Amino acid sequence: MLKSLWTFLKSPSSAAMWFILAIGFAGGIIFWGGFNTALEVTNTEEFCIGCHEMQDNVYQEYRETIHYANRSGVRATCPDCHVPKKWTDKIVRKIAASKEVWGMLTGVIDTREKFVDHRRSMAEREWKRMKENDSLECRNCHNFEYMDFSEQGNRSVKMHSDALASGEKTCIDCHKGIAHELPDMKGVENW
Amino acid sequence: MKLLSLLVAVATLAVTVTTIAQETVNPGGLATIRGAATIDETRAADKLKRVIKDKNPIARNYVHQPPVIPHQTRGYRIDLNSNKCLSCHSWKHAAETGATKISLTHFQTRDGKTLSDVSPRRYFCVQCHVTQADAAPLVDNTFEPVESLGNE
Repeated sequence: MLKSLWTFLKSPSSAAMWFILAIGFAGGIIFWGGFNTALEVTNTEEFCIGCHEMQDNVYQEYRETIHYANRSGVRATCPDCHVPKKWTDKIVRKIAASKEVWGMLTGVIDTREKFVDHRRSMAEREWKRMKENDSLECRNCHNFEYMDFSEQGNRSVKMHSDALASGEKTCIDCHKGIAHELPDMKGVENW
Repeated sequence: MKLLSLLVAVATLAVTVTTIAQETVNPGGLATIRGAATIDETRAADKLKRVIKDKNPIARNYVHQPPVIPHQTRGYRIDLNSNKCLSCHSWKHAAETGATKISLTHFQTRDGKTLSDVSPRRYFCVQCHVTQADAAPLVDNTFEPVESLGNE
């Protein structure tokens, strides 16, 4: 039976070229749409907190912060900060996430104690990533060019017009611990 | 017979007095910070007070007063891992941030010995320093701050 199926697939069809191309085109749309939908499902908060390592640790910490619930209701969930929006960078990050799947299978941070031990190295990795891309994820929502300094408080005006405007610092240099608790900060610059 | 009727009269009086008393609970003229509400009422909750967002430093009322915090401190953690207050108010950072430096008293132990970093007894800022809310004083008072510290 398999052999006859293979013969059928191998032999040329009597259909016209345009027909076959059209089927291929439609198949491509279905495949691409399905692939992208599946990718976007892995880009949601519900998916991220599917792992207990995330739900019991970082998600609980995030729930007490301003990005979870605030005056205006505008939120930043897991992918908004941790997954780049540009397609190429996003795919790179998604492939690199296989390391996280491996970590989950081998239980690198599956207890509270292990998680706390790893907190500093995980935090440093994220800070380094954000420093290298000039806090791109922050700037996805917080556009510096459109900051109204007449609305900000004294301290924000001072720090943003000095360090941020000159390009000397980027968002993550000061706004660490904005969504999750800080690790042991000994030796961290500017802290 | 007369004793029995007297007893019945007293009992009836007692019952009527207690039933009437239960209908109106007498707070005894006591008004607390909760207001003059009686125990059997459920009083509506007060509105949440707003903390001052960001203001210039507020003059102290007496010498040695821990100055009040003129800005909001939402989400600022002070624990073994980090002290958010010190990331602006320490001597290391105060020049860059323009924040008030912590005074030398924060480096001293209770025996007066000076340490090279913040004394553990002064590490938890919010034990003494508090944010301010736009709220009226709870009790009317005639307290006058000292003039030497910049109060009128």
